[in-house]
Order: sequence, then structure tokens, then C-alpha cells
Amino acid sequence: MTAGSGPPSPTPAAAPVVRVAGVDKTFRRGDRVVTKALEAIDLDIARGEFVSLIGPSGCGKSTLLRIVGDLTAPTSGEVTVNGKTAEKARRDRDYGMVFQAPVLFDWRTVEDNVKLPLEVLGWDGARRTARAREMLELVELGEFLRHHPYQLSGGMQQRVAIARALTFEPSILLMDEPFGALDEMTRERMNGEVLRIWEQTGTTILFVTHSIPEAVFLSTRVAVMSARPGRITKIIDVDLPRPRTEQTRELRRYFELVTAVREALRAGGGDLDDSGTVGGAASAQRTIAEGGVG
Amino acid sequence: MATATAARGGLAATGPGRPAAGRRRRILVAVALVAGILVVWEGVKLLGGVPWRTPLAQPGAPVLWNPPFRWEFANDLNLPHIWNIILTFGEPWQRGADRNVARFLFDAALYTWREAAIGFGLGALIGLILATIFVHSRLLERALVPYVVASQTVPIIALAPLIVFALGANVQSVVVIATYLTFFPVTIAMIRGLRSFDPRALELMRSYAASRWQIYRKLRLPASVPYLFTALKIAATASIVGAIIGEGPGGISDGLGRVIITYNQYYITGPEKLWASIIAAGLLGVAFYLIVLAAEGAVVRGRPGTAEG
Repeated sequence: MTAGSGPPSPTPAAAPVVRVAGVDKTFRRGDRVVTKALEAIDLDIARGEFVSLIGPSGCGKSTLLRIVGDLTAPTSGEVTVNGKTAEKARRDRDYGMVFQAPVLFDWRTVEDNVKLPLEVLGWDGARRTARAREMLELVELGEFLRHHPYQLSGGMQQRVAIARALTFEPSILLMDEPFGALDEMTRERMNGEVLRIWEQTGTTILFVTHSIPEAVFLSTRVAVMSARPGRITKIIDVDLPRPRTEQTRELRRYFELVTAVREALRAGGGDLDDSGTVGGAASAQRTIAEGGVG
Repeated sequence: MATATAARGGLAATGPGRPAAGRRRRILVAVALVAGILVVWEGVKLLGGVPWRTPLAQPGAPVLWNPPFRWEFANDLNLPHIWNIILTFGEPWQRGADRNVARFLFDAALYTWREAAIGFGLGALIGLILATIFVHSRLLERALVPYVVASQTVPIIALAPLIVFALGANVQSVVVIATYLTFFPVTIAMIRGLRSFDPRALELMRSYAASRWQIYRKLRLPASVPYLFTALKIAATASIVGAIIGEGPGGISDGLGRVIITYNQYYITGPEKLWASIIAAGLLGVAFYLIVLAAEGAVVRGRPGTAEG
């Protein structure tokens, strides 16, 4: 694994790893437009950046991530990754994907799950084993090689998924609410974990979340989105010092940035609740949230 | 989401360490069930059978018990005593033969099993191939699945003579008949099983730019294993039924099918022998089922929640 040369600062001068230009996405049923999911999205991500997409439910943040990863095609607009089309980038294995659920194969051991992409890439057995073990050490699950996924906790499963995504050194890690299913304590620990991995590997990360504290704590930049149609309303630079630790969460600047993101979300019509999460699933929760914030 | 994770965690906690007690209980239940059947069987004969005599006795032997009623279905021809059925296994399979019934039935069952096993293997393979084609082509699935279903509504007894007519009275015909009954459950279950993967896992494989074959080999097929074994358990017993039925028109004299026909013809003189051959056929089916079960156990070891008996 190539060690990252320290935390990179967002320097727009360098050629972007990901360039999203004028992307629209509409979902149709027959000839009828059902949802305008994304409209006029522009976003450049530099090498080694950690960009979070945040917005209310249904703002298309996951759709945008899936378009970057060539899992869905945009209706119009262009996505360029490392100077290639998204499809070419996918064929070149430029992407590591981490979903909200770990999506581990339960018939495989932890080690064999991590080996999966390497098998697809045609690595030989010895290299596969060496790399899988290295990655499991990185996520601190070295002792759990022979376990099966169901024997691990949710947080551990997600760490296996991260190890699996990193094995083949993809140039971009696409993470779609990877910690959304975890409890708050585990989530904060995983945030620290993912930062450590990001700093060690120097990977570029595009991260979808609906948690404001998470977005601020992790990112170099936070892209705030609004819903219907999904748009990027504001991009906020996160100029918190690195390395970020638990103390970071107590800095004044941290709170200012959390507030800035929250206000940007509100300006875009996003709903908030007390824990700083956006777009609660239940409408009742939303009502309470609006009262609390207002 | 969180509760799903918790549930899986709970499964891990209860997973290992429970087989011993569970197995003992299962054996107990099985034994109790057999005992129950025997009690009912002999109870019926106790109430409404013909007078009880010592086992395998000649008609003149002393009467041990005289039932209060006389029910046609409970006489010694329609419902022989259990002990007479058991004792018949030790008798020569026909007058003057050197093999006893047990040995004779064992040989016949083994012969039938070989036919069934080949049919089973071929049927499973054909089922797998058909299902693989169907999950990759909606068009072919829509066009052909109705025929696959229709094939099974034709009674095998009607079809068996046709197959024998086409292929000749030989073992091949019997194997084809066994295959015919086997491919169907495998096809239907695997159409479902090969689609039973987590759709997000497919996206994951796409993100690795995995080929169709890799997706099939590493995702679809392993995800379908629980479905496959459920189908194979049905197929195992179906293949034996197919082989037994096929042996009649197929003119195979060494298998259970012919034994059943023969003992059926001589039922009046020895009803116990037909019952014995029925028991042999039943045991053969159970044995084949258990082989598949053991194979499943070996394959799915370490997977959660797939053992479903």
C-alpha cells in the first residue's frame, strides 16, 4: 500500500480525479417523467480529497454517487474519472464501492470476502492471500480471517467491506452511507477508522451521508444538496486541522462548520432533527425536528 | 437495519453447540413415530383382524388371540402382522432360492439406486443448465418454461412405455425416465435460486467489472446453493420413483420395480413379501435423501440458517 503523503489540501489546480459536468438524471416510467432526481450537477474532486455529499432523503445524493461509479447512467451531462468515461473507469477497476449494508457473501469467510475482487481481477493465490491479510490488518480484523460474516458485529462487517474495497487499490472509494446502519458510538469509531485509512492510503473518497457531524468531521469539502430536483446548493471547505481526533469534535471551528452546513441545508429546504441528521424517515420525527431547530 | 444486524449476531451466538441435544430429540421423535405406527397397525389387527397365531405358523396352529371384530381390511392378506413382514426378510426370496428376501431386496435396491443415481445426476445437470439459460434470457424463459411445466403433467406411467418404445427395453430407458422426473424440480428451484442473490452484490461485482461467468460462478451459483439442495432432495426421491416405474416397461429384471411387480402377482401366497419390498423402496428413498443431506451439510458448512432438513 502506498502511504499517503500527508493530508492533501484541496488544490483545484491539479487535474481532478472526478469531474462531474452538467449532470441531470430523470427517472421515467414509460414516457412519463416520474422524478427529476438530479439537475445541473457540477462537481470536481481532486486527488486525495475526501468529499461528502449531504442532503435530505431523496435529494439524489446516492444517485449521484452511483452515476460517478457507473452503476446508473446520467440522463445528460458528463462524468470523467481519471480522464476517462465512468464506464471505462469502472472497467479499469478505478472504483472501490462501500454500501450502507456490508454486502458480504455469507458463504465466504472474512478472508475470502476480502479476496473476492482480487479473484475477479485474476490475481494468483499467494498474492491474494498476502494482500487480503494486509488489508484485514489495516482495518484491525487480522484475527477474524476465518470467521464468517454473520459471526461479526455490524461495525466489524462494515470494516471487512472497507478492506474488500481497498484491496485492489482503487483510485476512488465510493461510500454510500456506509455507517448509516450503525449506532452512534460505533459510527464515531468508524469515522476515526476511515480517516486513518484515508490518511494511510491517500485514496480519494466520495462519501454520501445524512449526518452533518460525520460530514464535517471527515471531509475536506462538504457538498450540500437540496431535493426535488436534486442540486448542489453549496460547497463548504472544511478547514479543520489534521490529524482529526476526538478533540476535533470539541473545537469551536467544528461547531461553526456544523452550523454552516446546517444553515446551507435549511436554505436548500432540507429538514433537520436534533441529532444533526437530515431528512428523518418518519414525518412525525420531521415535525419535531423542525420545531426543535427553529 | 440495526435490528437485522443484531439478529444476525444473535444467530452467531446460538449457532454452534446446539446439534447434540437437537439430534437426540430428533431421533427420539423418529423412533416414537415408528412405534406409534406399529401400535396403530397391530392395534387394528388386535380389534378386527383374524385370530392371532404364532408367527409363520401353519393354518392349524393354536390361536393366541381372537379379535372381537372381523374387518376385511385388517385380515392377514390385506394387513399382515408386522412380525411376519420382519420374519419374511429371512426367508428365501422364492421357493428354493439361496438368497433370502433381505439380500435379494438389497441387491435389487442397489441396482435400482444405480439407475436412479445416474438419472438424478443427468437430471440435476439438465435442470441446472436449463435454469442457467432461463435466468440469462427472459425471452427463452417465457417461451420454454410452460413446456417444462407441461412435461410434468403427463403421467410418467403413460410416458414410460413410449420412452421404452423409442429407446428399447434396456437400462438407458430407465435412466431417461429417472432423469425426466429429476430435472424438473431442479430447473424450477434453480430459476429462483440463481436469482436469489442480493442485488447490491451484483452492483458490487459490476464495480469490479466482473464478467458474466464470474458473476455466475462467484455470486449466482453460491447464492443458489440452498435452493439447489432443496431441489436435489426432491429429485433424489423422484429419481427412485422414476427408476422403479421405468423398470416395468423397461423389462429390467434386477431392480426393485420388477420385484414389486413379481411380489404383487404372488400377493395371495405371500403378502409379507410385497410389504417387505415396499419397505425396501422406502428405505432406498430415505437413504438417497440422506446422502443428499450429508452432501448439503458438507457444502454449506459455516453458512448461517441454511440447514432446513
